[in-house]
Amino acid sequence: MSVPTDHLLALAAILFALGVLGFLVRKNVIIVLASIELMLNAANLSFLAASRHWSQSTLAGQGDPSAGPIFAIFVILVAAAEAAVGLALVIALYRLKQSVALDRVAELKG
Amino acid sequence: MSTMLWLLLFAPLAGSIVCGALHFAALRAARDGHAPGHAGSAARKLAGVIGCATVAASFGLALAAWGALQAPGILAVESSTWHWIEAGSFTVDVSLVADRLSSVMLLVVTGVGFLIHVYSLGYMAHDPGKAKFFAYLNLFVFAMLALVLSSSLLGLFIGWEGVGLCSYLLIGFWYEKGWPAEAAQKAFVVNRVGDACFLVGSFLLLRLFGTLDLSEIAGANFHMLGAHSGEIALAALLLFGGACGKSAQFPLFTWLPDAMAGPTPVSALIHAATMVTAGVYLVLRLNPLFAAVPAVLFTIGIVGAFTALIGASTALRQNDIKKVLAYSTVSQLGYMFLGLSAGAWSAALFHLVTHAFFKGLLFLGSGSVIHGMHDEQDMRKMGGLRRAMPRTFMTFVAGAAALSGLPLLSGFFSKDEILARNFALGGFHLGLWAVGLATAALTAFYTWRMVALTFFGEERFDRHHVRPHESPAVMIVPLVVLALLSIGGGLLNLPHVLPGSGLLEHWLAPVTRAGDELLEREGEHGHLSAAAEWSLLALGAVLALVFARRGLRAYEPGPARDEALARARPKLAEFLDGAWQIDRSYHERIVLPLRAAAARLSAAFDLGAIDAAVDGAGRLASALAQRSRALADGQVKHYALWMGMGAASLSLLWVLS
Amino acid sequence: MLALITFLPLAGALLVALLPGQRPGLLRLVALAVTGVVAALGLVFYARFDPLAPGFQGEHLRPWFTLQGAHGPIPISFHLGADGISLLLVALTVVLMPLVVLSAYGHVHARVKEFLVWLLVMETGMLGVFVALDLVLFYFFWEVSLVPLYFLVGIWGGERRLYATLKFFLYTVAGSLVMLVGVIALVWKLGSASVPELFLRTDGLDPGTQAWIFGAFALAFAIKVPILPFHTWLADAHTEAPTSGSVLLAGVLLKMGTYGLLRFGIQLFPGVAVQAAPLFLALGGIGIVYGALLAMAQQDLKRLIACSSVSHLGFVVLGLFALTGPALRGAVLQMVNHGLSTGLLFLLVGMVYERTHTRMLERFGGLARVMPVFALFFVFTVLASAGLPGLNGFVGEYLVLAGTFQVSPAWAVVSVTGVVLGAVYLLMATRRVLFGPVTRPENEHLADLGAREVGLMLPLVALVLWIGVQPNALLAKCAPALDRIVERVEGARYGARLEAPLPDEEGELR
Repeated sequence: MSVPTDHLLALAAILFALGVLGFLVRKNVIIVLASIELMLNAANLSFLAASRHWSQSTLAGQGDPSAGPIFAIFVILVAAAEAAVGLALVIALYRLKQSVALDRVAELKG
Repeated sequence: MSTMLWLLLFAPLAGSIVCGALHFAALRAARDGHAPGHAGSAARKLAGVIGCATVAASFGLALAAWGALQAPGILAVESSTWHWIEAGSFTVDVSLVADRLSSVMLLVVTGVGFLIHVYSLGYMAHDPGKAKFFAYLNLFVFAMLALVLSSSLLGLFIGWEGVGLCSYLLIGFWYEKGWPAEAAQKAFVVNRVGDACFLVGSFLLLRLFGTLDLSEIAGANFHMLGAHSGEIALAALLLFGGACGKSAQFPLFTWLPDAMAGPTPVSALIHAATMVTAGVYLVLRLNPLFAAVPAVLFTIGIVGAFTALIGASTALRQNDIKKVLAYSTVSQLGYMFLGLSAGAWSAALFHLVTHAFFKGLLFLGSGSVIHGMHDEQDMRKMGGLRRAMPRTFMTFVAGAAALSGLPLLSGFFSKDEILARNFALGGFHLGLWAVGLATAALTAFYTWRMVALTFFGEERFDRHHVRPHESPAVMIVPLVVLALLSIGGGLLNLPHVLPGSGLLEHWLAPVTRAGDELLEREGEHGHLSAAAEWSLLALGAVLALVFARRGLRAYEPGPARDEALARARPKLAEFLDGAWQIDRSYHERIVLPLRAAAARLSAAFDLGAIDAAVDGAGRLASALAQRSRALADGQVKHYALWMGMGAASLSLLWVLS
Repeated sequence: MLALITFLPLAGALLVALLPGQRPGLLRLVALAVTGVVAALGLVFYARFDPLAPGFQGEHLRPWFTLQGAHGPIPISFHLGADGISLLLVALTVVLMPLVVLSAYGHVHARVKEFLVWLLVMETGMLGVFVALDLVLFYFFWEVSLVPLYFLVGIWGGERRLYATLKFFLYTVAGSLVMLVGVIALVWKLGSASVPELFLRTDGLDPGTQAWIFGAFALAFAIKVPILPFHTWLADAHTEAPTSGSVLLAGVLLKMGTYGLLRFGIQLFPGVAVQAAPLFLALGGIGIVYGALLAMAQQDLKRLIACSSVSHLGFVVLGLFALTGPALRGAVLQMVNHGLSTGLLFLLVGMVYERTHTRMLERFGGLARVMPVFALFFVFTVLASAGLPGLNGFVGEYLVLAGTFQVSPAWAVVSVTGVVLGAVYLLMATRRVLFGPVTRPENEHLADLGAREVGLMLPLVALVLWIGVQPNALLAKCAPALDRIVERVEGARYGARLEAPLPDEEGELR
């Protein structure tokens, strides 16, 4: 009794939307980074769901069933690297601004 | 022959250049030394001699040209051609032509011009700008000769504007006083208005005749051009408009009285004897053009008569001796045009010549008075000068007698001829004759008023401070010569009832034949019986004598009569004082509004509207940039949002296409 | 030879740039030598020019690059050549340049090296515009001549120089960009950028295309001339420019606009020119009067002369679009005349500015007594500008007016009033500067003109006199080229009549 693919995709979409919302709305840089993680994981979920869907369906034999999980591993890699860089930036930012509130950072203001 | 004409023309130009160089030499000498040094005054003296010499040379050559025309069958002497402009379908070739008309003008210009140059040796003797004066005078003679000798209307125009330029330079000669510069500017601008009419007239002539050559236009077959009579009339009237500017006729005469700001020899030469006669010469030269449509000549007559009246009535009220003469010139020029309007070509030329004699004499004489009175020009401060300046007095009286038309002097005959011919035509010309007659009476009156105020009666100046003295010989001799010419000049063209009559008329006949024929065809030709002529002569003589005596008697005691009139009829006095307030109305209705319009155009429209639009475009760009700046607020969230939206819409587009 | 004449100034600029900047005397000498040599070469070319030979002379053709067109490759080349019209303008440019360098001795004392470099670059640009026979090359030189002026005004100019130069630059570039669109369209559609070929091929375009491309070109040229209402940049540019800049701006740059109208407006699209003629006649006539009125109201002497330029070039526009032989000759002659007399005026104003450091009329007064030589030259130049017969301006003016009268008497009469107004504002300015008593004590001891100043003006004075008396010398050189243009125009007019529908038997137009 596996979970239907639609449900998984819906969940992924909801997670992604939550991530986007969090990214756009939240003031705290760390929460923004977490939202980015959330978006990435939502993408992961949809990859895995799709992979399982294709390996279960009658189209088995077409394409590489391991494509989904492999892609998910790539995403996890990217997420990790990006989290590392992001957190380093947060530390530098804190040193500069003594705050992690994103709306106080307007150095790129034109 | 050809070289003779070129020499005639260019001698004064050479003289002008040399005198100009001498002027700069004198300036340098004055700068290097602290007092007008030896070198400076030598330069100035030399300039005077050279200036007179060149005009004398031209006079000699003019005599030679006249002599050449005495030979039977020779009607004109022509020089080689100068190919001035070659512009495809439009070419202008100019040569110098001395024919019967121009030879008379040549003699007047160079002859009277020479006398005035000699006079200037004395009058400008102590002026630091003497060399410059002679440079300008010579340049003027050059331009006037170019005007008279040119075979093409455009070549004539070079001289036409050239004399205007010299008039500008000479009126403003003492520019440091301020007002002469304004007078000079006014003269040039008013003349330019006339020149604009001249130019448009020349375009019409070009369209009608395909050429600007004077003899070709005059020789055209006007009978065949009936369908174009409207254009011909318009061209003639426009040229006459130009003549009004140059010859100070209504409505373009307001510059002449102001021109008295220049030295007196200038007034004598330019504003009496030569430049102002250029308009008369133009009409004479193109007489068939003007005779072709009767309405044109009649218009000229009305303008001339009207101007004569304005001039004479204003001269009555002037206190400056030169202003009297200036308005008198305006008036007498009106007479010349009156003569032209009656088809009395030779009469007009006759009056031109006699006027050059007696008006030139009167101006020079007034200069002598002014010189002797230490630059006083107001007659109210003169009086009784005949004792202190007897020779000036006698020559002045000769000139005054001629101007007022006292019998047997030159002015009598020339004025009478004009009036007689108008009378002979009858019809509307009788009205013009009447105006001319009334003006003659006024002329006699104001002339002898002037003589009385200046030379008769009590001395109205302080003998201790002002010591009038006679002028030196170099100034008196020209006066004497001109006086003799004023007295005897009538012999040139005696009326038909006298023996030896019409010398000038016969001389001029070949030039005026075409115009005469056209007038005969139109029925504009009258004839006077001997009795009628004698009566008109008598009438003129009586009128002149009566009003001359009245003028003399009324003003011998002094200018009190003027003040009485001013009190009794102040409005009339003011009206006449200001030449019927024409100049003032020009100032108020043309000059000031034009200046205001220009200022408003510049400030409100050009800067305010057009330029504001340009600056506005710049400001708009700036404003848009400021608004767009709001997008770049430095907030990463917003940047991410824009990026995301952009990506989403792009992918949407991609999916949809 | 034309290539040498055109590019030698650029080489000279490089030379000056390489020399040390601390020796302005040497730099000026080099610049003078370069411009002098160019002038000599130009005059030799002028003398050798044979007006009766058809087509362009001194041709120089070198391939540059290739564009891909709709119908195949379009070669763009360095194609130079001159006919009678461009010859006169080239002569004007090469004669003015050494005099401008000489005048710079007096008023450019800072950063002399850069000044001379920009001056020389500008000469190349101006010459290139007049002799370019490839449309893209023409555009290239058009833009090249803009940049140096931006710097000349912006660095060595007056108080409001930044505003003035930016305004001038943006205004002109806006027009140039519109022209670029036209250039690209034309080259693309006709498959060639060679001007002589384009003359033959433009008839092939449909009238609508011809009209908008003409409009695009005309806009850029109208801004340059300047024609109302695109004139407001000129007064500011002239006022703030240094004397040398003003002389070149008035003397040559404005003629680029009129040359463009003639060559790339009328000659390239004669049919459109015939139809657009009434509009341009009106703009010219209005410009004459408008410019004169503006000049009357000015208190700044340089601004006054700038407005008079608008008026004078109105005559040129009038003559160009009267489209008759005499009128075109008058217009081309006036291009040269205006360059000479207005150049002289600006030189004189510059000389008095160097002494008094003001251009405002009220600060002068009575200078004729203090500076008589200056007064002589000033009055002479004013008279030339006012069109006194016997001097150069009259011949051009008369030809334009007489020619226009044949075509449109109304506009000719309107323009004649411009002659009267011209006398008014010029004499008013003369009186306020030269005559009357000396109103300001600081003007009592001004130095009169020196030998260098008189020397540099004498060639121009001589030319003014010579052209006034012998205009045929110039008219003969440009007459055949102008007659060819008139032929094209008449052909287009006739062709238009041929194409008009004829009524059939019932008199109905089909």
